[in-house]
Formats: sequence, structure tokens, C-alpha cells
Amino acid sequence: MNKKQKKLLARILVSLPMVAALHFVPVHGLLQLALYLVPYLIVGHDILKKAVKGIGNHQVFDENFLMAVATVGAMALGEYAEGCAVMLFYQIGELFQSYAVGKSRQNISELMDIRPDYANIEKDGQLEQVDPDEVPVGSIITVQPGERVPIDGIVTEGESTLNTSALTGESLPREVSAGQEVISGCVNMTGLLRIRTTKEFGESTVARILDLVENSSMKKAKAENFITKFARYYTPAVCYGALALAVIPPVFRLLTGSPAAWGSWIFRALTFLVISCPCALVISIPLSFFGGIGGASRMGILVKGSNYLEALAKTKTIVFDKTGTLTQGVFEVSSLHPVGCTEAQLLETAALAECYSGHPISQSLRKAYGKPVDQSRVSEVNEVGGHGLTALVDGRRIAAGNARLMDKLGIACDAPAAPGTVVHIAIDGRYAGYVLISDQLKPHAKAALQALKANGIKKTVMLTGDSASVAQSVAAQLGLDEVHAELLPGDKVEQVEQLLAQNAKGELLAFVGDGINDAPVLSRADIGIAMGALGSDAAIEAADIVLMDDDPARIATAIKISRRTLGIVYQNIVFALAIKAACLVLGAMGIANMWVAIFADVGVMVIAVLNAVRALSTKGL
Amino acid sequence: MKKTYKIEVDCANCANKMEQAARTTPGVAEATVSFMTQKMSVAFAEGADPKTVMQAVLKNCKKVEDDCEIYL
Repeated sequence: MNKKQKKLLARILVSLPMVAALHFVPVHGLLQLALYLVPYLIVGHDILKKAVKGIGNHQVFDENFLMAVATVGAMALGEYAEGCAVMLFYQIGELFQSYAVGKSRQNISELMDIRPDYANIEKDGQLEQVDPDEVPVGSIITVQPGERVPIDGIVTEGESTLNTSALTGESLPREVSAGQEVISGCVNMTGLLRIRTTKEFGESTVARILDLVENSSMKKAKAENFITKFARYYTPAVCYGALALAVIPPVFRLLTGSPAAWGSWIFRALTFLVISCPCALVISIPLSFFGGIGGASRMGILVKGSNYLEALAKTKTIVFDKTGTLTQGVFEVSSLHPVGCTEAQLLETAALAECYSGHPISQSLRKAYGKPVDQSRVSEVNEVGGHGLTALVDGRRIAAGNARLMDKLGIACDAPAAPGTVVHIAIDGRYAGYVLISDQLKPHAKAALQALKANGIKKTVMLTGDSASVAQSVAAQLGLDEVHAELLPGDKVEQVEQLLAQNAKGELLAFVGDGINDAPVLSRADIGIAMGALGSDAAIEAADIVLMDDDPARIATAIKISRRTLGIVYQNIVFALAIKAACLVLGAMGIANMWVAIFADVGVMVIAVLNAVRALSTKGL
Repeated sequence: MKKTYKIEVDCANCANKMEQAARTTPGVAEATVSFMTQKMSVAFAEGADPKTVMQAVLKNCKKVEDDCEIYL
């Protein structure tokens, strides 16, 4: 509890026994009023002050004003005990609210707190603990077994296994040794590591993730905005309602000749006012989303805004990129089909021609070739996007690429027998054969897609620049609904736009890619999901939701979290509104007294907050 | 230009009122208040001086919610 809360608690604890005791003291009239005023003012003086200040600032219709009017009214009507009790109960409610929300916020923040507190730097042979903020780029830090890696860097010395569960939510350990990159936030498990930092603490992965999740509550969900707007109209509306309740029935009664019964109706109006406060609603919604996002981040799913968490639940179509998302993205040469030369010659030519390219296909060719590539043999390399490249190798004009490239050059090529990525090779305008390269599916891809279907996804689509036969083969293996292959990079955006146009209103489309070269598509989709983001700054920047590891099964988990959070949000909205409405009616009819009124306000709020904290739990996912 | 400030506010309704008050302050292009993280993020209009604008924002916020604080 903070200072403000402790002071309030003290005031309540002093005032409560006084009110209880006064109940038994046989005094009446002004003396009784004076005695009751003591606990009343002890517990309620700040509310009265704020109410007066509020009127001065033209903020007439707020909580403090309601409470002031309600309790002063009760006192004026001679209901001293009731007036004090109402003020007491209200303040208890305020204290509880403040405490519950503060505690929930703290719990959620602590769960997300993977922030390392110190870094070890070697000074004169001794390890000194320093503030990670003060470690400059390029320093050598030491991470002992059991400690958390504080800053991103490269291992200079040591071998160990890292626990990445704080970032990815999975406990599969990663082995690291000298020369490899390590990410901050991971826990070093077995061996001592010396790491040369490549970033400052503030720019390291763990700091950026925490920032991201914290700031996610700035992007408000539609449900939140709705409640905010609602509260703004609701409060004045209820106040006028109360005014009407206090004035119209007595006037009506006077006109029809019966006694006015002002007291009774004003009392009902006051009760009405107390019930009407929209606190429960307004607090529980952001808390639910905060909890949902916190729970997701513990599973390695970073959601950059409450609105995205909300949107996930309405997603009906998911579009996947193929390479690196559904497949491992590691190409390997599977077979060679030379025409008029040996297999070795075909492979050598291909590897040399592609030696300057960074494309995974080129890398697999060089890997299969195995021998060091002499780049001086290669010149005049000309890459044609979506087609391949031409180059001079040993003075001979080489063309390496897909069937489109062969078409363009007017060279007839063989049709490949098996599905896979094909690199046709032509030497000096003569067809020399093709190399078949294939990519493996991710081990859990099929299960992941089945889980998505089970979770309400209507359509699964795959987009790829790869050949139609490979795409069909993958689609058949994974059970995809739609496949679009041989797409040029610009075509992907068009495809997504077409799919978006096909969607009914309120049904959203998510695109899943690796974030590095899918930026335009990620931003075009309703929700952009980047996978395998562990360490990828580009992915974290480009996407709306970031999956820290590269298991497609996480997408289904994310959707489940989203649904559960939204469920809690709607439960709270319906519950709060229903109880309020019922109590308002009862209050207007005179059946509900102040106690019911206070329950309708405080009790509902407490229940809503407790329900909201449920969004944090990741059980059963 | 966008800046984020630490705030102290007791209830979610008040946070929303602060957000409204900030948005209607001259010199503020866009403002968001997160009750959960106790932070206010303000995007300033072209040519507006953050220091003077934030003083006005603080004043407006105090008008709607006396109990709030913005740490400038």
C-alpha cells in the first residue's frame, strides 16, 4: 500500500468504531448531529472538498459531488447513521479499488519483469556488478551460470546452454559457444560465458520487449473506447434522471392532491445517484486487456496493442508466407539433372554463377558444392528479380534461374519430375540441365494448421514466390484451403487485397511472415504477425503481433488468449450494466436502500476487477 | 514530436477525463493516457513548445481531476 492508501485506511479505522459506538449512545437532536459529524468529517472531508472544487471547475457531475450530495442529504433528513455509513462504505470501496488495481498492476508487471538488474564486468580480476545502463557497446561482460544475460552480444569465450523461456515461453534450451549471438533476457544455465556487447541496454531485446508490452496499453481496443464514450454520456444522463426522480413524482403527487413526500423521493434520488457510478466498467476493461497482453507475453507472444488482441478474436482468414513460416527455410540440393555435362560440372557452374547472391537457394548450391568458391572466375553478374541471374563464369555466359528466365532467353528447358525449387542452368545459350532444391516443412506445421481450424479460422491461404508444384505439394501435406504460387514480391500485396475484399465485414485477415521481407504485406493485412522474431529487430518493428519463436502452433495459442480476454471483457460489461440497471430500477422504486446502492457500486467493481485479473492466467492453453 | 510522461491518477475514469482534457488543450495533436501503466503519451502540434503546452495540459487536467499528477 502506498502512503495515500495507508492514510485512508487509518481514517476508516478511526471512523468506523465511532459510528458503531454512536449507534448505542442515547443522544438526540443537534448533539447527535454534532457527534456524528466527527466520524463523518474524518472519513469524508476530502470527498466534500473535491466536490466543492469540482463545482468551481465546472465539473459538477462527478463521483465526489454525488457522494457529497447523497450523504449531506441523508444528514439533512436526520439519517445521521446512514449518512456516515454511506460515506464510510464508499471510502472503503475506494480504498479497495485502489489497492486491488495497484496489486493487479504490480502482479502483471512482475510477471513480465524479465529485466536483468545488473551486469558483471571484470575489473582487476574481480567481477563487479554494475548498472546495465552504464555498459557501453563493445564491453566484455561475464554471465555466470544461473544469471540472466543482461545485454545483447556475441560470445567471446565459453560454452553453455541458454534458457529462452522468459522470451519465447518454451523451455527448449539453446546451445551457445564462442562466436555466436546471444539475446538479453535468456538465463544462462550451465557454463560461464564472456560476452562482448553489441548494443546498449536500452536497445537490447529484453528492454525493447518490455517497452513494447508496456506501451501496448496505449493502443486502445474498440471495447475500451466504447466504454469511455459511454461513461461520458452516462454520468450526466443519470444525474438528470436522479433530478427528475427527486422532483417530478412529488410535484405530480402535489398536483393530484396527495402529500408530496419530498423526503422519500429525494432519498430515492440520492440512492439512484450512488448506484450510477460507472467505475466498475471503466476500470475492468483496460485491466482485462492488460492482463491478456501480460499473459500472452509470458508465452512468447508480444502483442503491440490492446486493439490487436481484440482483433485477433475476430480473425477468420489467415494468410501464410511459405518460406521460413510454414517451411524451415533451409534449402538443400536434393538432386542434379545435367544435360550434356556431368553432375559435378552442373553443380560447379551453378554454385559459381550464384556465388555473389545472398538468396537461400544460392547458399544451398554453394553448400552442396562444398569446395571454396573462387570468385575471380565470375564476373558481370546481373540479377533479375523473380527470374534468376546471368553471369560470366570462366568466360562462358551462364544463365541460372527458373523456367521464366529460360523462357525469356528463348531456351527450352526440361520439366522437373519431382516437386521442388528448380534452378535451370544454360551455358552459352545451350540448356545444361537443372538442379532440384527442396525445403523441409516445419515439424509442427500440420498440427498447427489443424489447431487453427479447430479454433474457428475459416480460411487458410499460402502465398509463395516458389513454383506451383512445390506450393501444391505443401498445401496438400498441410491441408491448406487456398494456395497462390509463383508470386512476384509485389503480387503478394495484391493477393492480400483481393482476399480482404472477399471478407465479410467484421471478419479480419491476419498475415503471418518472417517480418524481414514481408513488411508491406504485414502492414496491409488487418493483423500482421511476425514469427521467429528472436533477435530480429526488423520483425519486431514491422508486425502488430510478434511470436518470439518460430513454431506456427503459437498462432493458435494467441487466438485462444485473445478469445478468452474478450470473453472476460464482455462478461464484465454485461455483468456491470445488468446489476446497475437492476439496482437503479430498485432504487427508483424505493426498494433498494443505501446499502444496496453501495453494493451496486463497489461490489460490482470489485467483482469486475477480480474477473479481469483472470485474463492473466495462461492455464489450459 | 511525441513525448511520454509518468503520471499519477487514482481511478480509470479520471484517467479518461485527463485524456480528454489533454486532447482539447491547444498545441496537442494527439494524447493517450494509459491508466494501467500510469503513463501519458502526447504528440505535439507543429511548432508547439512542449514545455508550455504541457503546463497548459497539467492545468486542464487538474481542473477535471484535482488529485492527478503529471511528472514533467
